[in-house]
Amino acid sequence: MKSKRPFKVLIAKVGLDGHERGALVVAMGLREAGLEVAYTGIRSTPEQIVASAIHENVDAIGLSSLSGGHMAQFKRVMEVLKQEKVKGVLVFAGGIIPDEDVKKLQKLGIKAVFGPGSSIASILAFLKKRLK
Amino acid sequence: MRQYAGFGTAAETNQRYQYLLTQGQTGLSMAFDLPTQIGYDSDDPLALGEVGRVGVAISSLADMERVFEGIPLDQVSTSMTINATAPILLALYLVAAKKQGVPCSKLTGTVQNDILKEYSARGTYIFPPAPSLRLVADIVEFCAKEVPGWNTISVGGYHMREAGCTAAQEIAFTLADGITYVQTCVERGLAVDSFAPRIAFFFNCHSNFFEEVAKFRAARRLWAHILREKFGAKNERSMMLRFHTQTAGSTLTAQQPANNIVRTTLEALAAVLGGTQSLHTNGQDEASVIPAEESALLALRTQQIIAHESGVTAEPDPLGGSYYVESLTDRLEQEAREHLYKIDNLGGMLKAIESGYVRQEIYRAASEHQQAVEAREKIIVGVNDYVSDQPLKVKTQPMDPRLEPRRRRELAALRRKRDAGKVKQCLATLEKAANSSDNLMPVIVDCVRSNVTLGEICRVLRSVFGEHRPSHSV
Repeated sequence: MKSKRPFKVLIAKVGLDGHERGALVVAMGLREAGLEVAYTGIRSTPEQIVASAIHENVDAIGLSSLSGGHMAQFKRVMEVLKQEKVKGVLVFAGGIIPDEDVKKLQKLGIKAVFGPGSSIASILAFLKKRLK
Repeated sequence: MRQYAGFGTAAETNQRYQYLLTQGQTGLSMAFDLPTQIGYDSDDPLALGEVGRVGVAISSLADMERVFEGIPLDQVSTSMTINATAPILLALYLVAAKKQGVPCSKLTGTVQNDILKEYSARGTYIFPPAPSLRLVADIVEFCAKEVPGWNTISVGGYHMREAGCTAAQEIAFTLADGITYVQTCVERGLAVDSFAPRIAFFFNCHSNFFEEVAKFRAARRLWAHILREKFGAKNERSMMLRFHTQTAGSTLTAQQPANNIVRTTLEALAAVLGGTQSLHTNGQDEASVIPAEESALLALRTQQIIAHESGVTAEPDPLGGSYYVESLTDRLEQEAREHLYKIDNLGGMLKAIESGYVRQEIYRAASEHQQAVEAREKIIVGVNDYVSDQPLKVKTQPMDPRLEPRRRRELAALRRKRDAGKVKQCLATLEKAANSSDNLMPVIVDCVRSNVTLGEICRVLRSVFGEHRPSHSV
């Protein structure tokens, strides 16, 4: 029966930035497509995000950043995930993230980065493929 | 012509301002970093990684003085995009001016001071809505007496539109915020005609050309009705909706960025034909970076070409009387009235915000837009049609890694040098005043003059007012 349960995704905003249109549109789009989605709200700390991910028992976490603070902030999320021994959760990201940082983020274990103009369909396709 | 700028340190911002002034810009516009906007000093642990990133970092009087070094404040007007911490930034500006020898009565400028839209869209709130409204009114009341040339509130629809709402919603939500501010000030005993002329508006100019022209016309008409009928304004200036416009950042694409020059030009033209009083045109690279100097300059040149070469500024309402524009104006006014009516039924804008209604409306519209783009019912050139394989150039402003440590050292030195007894006394007075119903502006002016920092002032206010915790559901 486990396979019947819809995938659950946490969309998270880390840092002080309040631009949440992207995060919310992705959250609403994924929900529309039948996934279960939780949203952290703005100004979440990495600790709060990981706690929510554990509490909600999610399959994936989508991190959003538009203010340029992603390197330090996403890195910290990955560290806290490790500290809390969270395993098997797929982490992806979106927002204004320069190419040279994308590679660095992938090394940290962030599986995909969706830049400006990305479609919900492409995020959905990625999740379906990775969460099989 | 007023271009929004400001980044990094006070010294770098000063340099950009000097440059823009020599290029013929007529007013300054200040962007602040996120810690400054939500009440943390640059050395606060919560500011880590954010100092100087999306605007200039201002924690103390010394920072403000440095930004305006060599710029006589009686000769420029300054617009500050600041909300939750507006009382503090305004106080810093007033004291910096005084130290230049410029009295408050000679200053002109604007503070955004529009906290309500922060709960709906932009997110730089600190305190709950009710004490925040008090701070808004404190500024209005203080400036009516002390800084008569200051525009005390710039009621913004820009950010709600960027967040995804429609043109009619932009009118309605903006005016609903405006109504709440006027109501708050009237309830405080201020005569409507004593402060309403100093309220300005800030709109977006989106891509649908005629709809945008009509939007400005409809908003003007509605505001005049509201001021006259609801608030009994007698002064015509109270009823006038004066507004600044910025072209829509959300219409810019990271794909094929040169297309954004064309988009911005069309949007700027619509804003001018719609009667805007001042304008910011976005740089072509702004979908993905803080604009480079050459794109900021090209954006300014775009305005100069419209102003001096196109001839469109000869007449304030050149499309008035056009069948199409008049009918669009009527339609938008009607739709905006319907939204306003719904808000009234919810118990007013404060209730509509607190219940999450406004956010739901905005993000529902954003989601519908996204679906229309993905279904290709809406075409975005270079994104879902006419695409090319050009790789995206996404850049974030490279941050000088020495900036944050330097800011920490500067602030540590400031805290060592200043009169600690005086600081303590100022903060105690502030706490007492915050617990009373006194106007906080004079107290905050005293604080910043004694080198109390922005973060220290906000810490006291947080302890008295509490912090806003939004519901996260959408």
